[in-house]
Amino acid sequence: MQSNATLEYDYSLAKKFTYLTILFGVLGMLIGTLIAAQLAFPELNYLLGEYGTFSRLRPIHTNTVIFGFTVSGVFATWFYVGQRVLKVSMAESKFLMFIGNLQFWIYFVGALLATVSLFFGFSTAKEYAEYEWPFDVVIVLVWVLWGISIMGLIGIRREKALYISVWYYLACFLGVAMLYLFNNMAIPTYFATEGLGNVLHSVSMYSGTNDALVQWWYGHNAVAFAFTVPIIAMSYYFLPKESGQAIYSYKLSLLSFWGLMFVYLWAGSHHLLWSTVPDWMQTMGSAFSIVLILPSWGSAINMLLTMKGEWNQLTDNPLIKFMVLASTFYMLSTIEGPIQAIKSVNAIAHFTDWIPGHVHDGVLGWVAFMIMASIFHMAPRMFKRELYSKKLMEQQFWIQTTAVVLYFTSMWIAGITQGMMWRAVDEYGNLMYSFIDTVTVLHPYYTIRAVAGVLYVTGFIMFAYNIFKTMTAGKVLTQEPQFRTPMA
Amino acid sequence: MDIRELQGYASFFMTIFLVIMLYGYIIHLYRSEKKGERDYEKYGKIALDDEVTSTPVEDKPASQRDYKEENK
Ligand code: HEM
Repeated sequence: MQSNATLEYDYSLAKKFTYLTILFGVLGMLIGTLIAAQLAFPELNYLLGEYGTFSRLRPIHTNTVIFGFTVSGVFATWFYVGQRVLKVSMAESKFLMFIGNLQFWIYFVGALLATVSLFFGFSTAKEYAEYEWPFDVVIVLVWVLWGISIMGLIGIRREKALYISVWYYLACFLGVAMLYLFNNMAIPTYFATEGLGNVLHSVSMYSGTNDALVQWWYGHNAVAFAFTVPIIAMSYYFLPKESGQAIYSYKLSLLSFWGLMFVYLWAGSHHLLWSTVPDWMQTMGSAFSIVLILPSWGSAINMLLTMKGEWNQLTDNPLIKFMVLASTFYMLSTIEGPIQAIKSVNAIAHFTDWIPGHVHDGVLGWVAFMIMASIFHMAPRMFKRELYSKKLMEQQFWIQTTAVVLYFTSMWIAGITQGMMWRAVDEYGNLMYSFIDTVTVLHPYYTIRAVAGVLYVTGFIMFAYNIFKTMTAGKVLTQEPQFRTPMA
Repeated sequence: MDIRELQGYASFFMTIFLVIMLYGYIIHLYRSEKKGERDYEKYGKIALDDEVTSTPVEDKPASQRDYKEENK
């Protein structure tokens, strides 16, 4: 095919998925901000008739940020990192290029249609698994194509050893495949009843407590295999590469990997504490959640120690700032989660705003920061241009950091207040507050969260603008930078 | 003993088993480095020296390389 003299990495797929990451990021976060504002100002529910209500928009927010934004980011970085650590170019295989492009187009069109279907109210009503069965089929297809890409690239690699990031991408692939298939098992009612009801409608194969268990085994491990594992893969590549420092301890990275794989799968029942699932299972969920601190902090500390002796980079390279903050937020949310999984704490925390507070210090501080940092690192290599503006990056960093802090602190206060008020009783054992009392008290915190949303989206749009200007107006680079990303 | 109790015990013993495996893995990692059989830390370089023309940290065995030569 090509001679080695002119062989270069092919970034066309990484670029395409980068565009989608930005597109779905803007869309998902705008909707997130809208629903945050709706919780503070209910009149905003009536902007678009049935299409603009909180209940319609919430699943669009969660699915767009998970399956649109995050998963595109995972694909974009895989098609970049995969080639580099395996030392083989996509351009060396026409077949893999074809599969990759097929994956891109099916994914793009499928994701758009799936989003539209949620707008129209087609939903299985299972959290993060709301897409109806035809979209599940498309998702499975996309996933299989991605699997072929991964295995294919590994098959033609030059570097025999699989770098730790590849292990994590593989875990993401296998984990999500298994979880998604099991949880989304459903019977399309139209075909089962010979033509009754809507073609898109389906009924889950599980019911009652079993349904809840499978759902939260899935739900929690979606956090593990979509929000954690591939993001660690990114950190283990981009942080060493950007800083020019090898991972602090490769052995620790291997150990944390197996620890994470082993422990995560058992922790899901912490979503069902005090419910009808067997007691031992609840206790197991709590216990494993606490043990989960170890592999999580193992990875996070490894990332921070990678900067050992090079902390000066934190002050003069905003990209390092993004990544170090991401690792720090990873530590925060992986200590917070286990605390919430303690049964007595969960009795207060469950069903309150502390839970979305916890979710978002993880996803805004860790997941989205790491994805944006990865794109900042890849952009000059993909477009052969310097990053457009360092100043804009710095501003974005501070705006978004402020946003994350406002989001989770307001939700901590709101959640704990809510939990305490719900359970407060007077001297005769009567409940002291009615539901509306809590709503009134929480109003200011909901407003703060909406402001946090506006700030975070503003930062994200600054990011999108910076990347757009990098592509179109950044100073042209004659040589690919080795470590530190050049920026104007 | 009903099925739920059985599941409980199965989960407990599996946990013990996997804990032993995991600790065994740590010992394995450190021991094989001490004996000089492997050097795990060198793999960290894969991320730093990752040009398509860079020398692999661990080369593929010749039998597997044939495929690529044919495709040139
Ligand atoms: C501008 C940024 C964002 C804002 C303002 C925002 C706002 C919200 C709101 C208001 C909810 C509903 C909470 C409730 O029902 O009480 C929510 C849920 C959720 N969001 Fe976001 N969000 C943002 C970004 C993100 C991102 C980037 C991700 C993931 C990458 C994400 C993942 C989730 C998840 C998983 C839930 C469900 C949480 C649960 O069930 O407890 N969000 N978000």
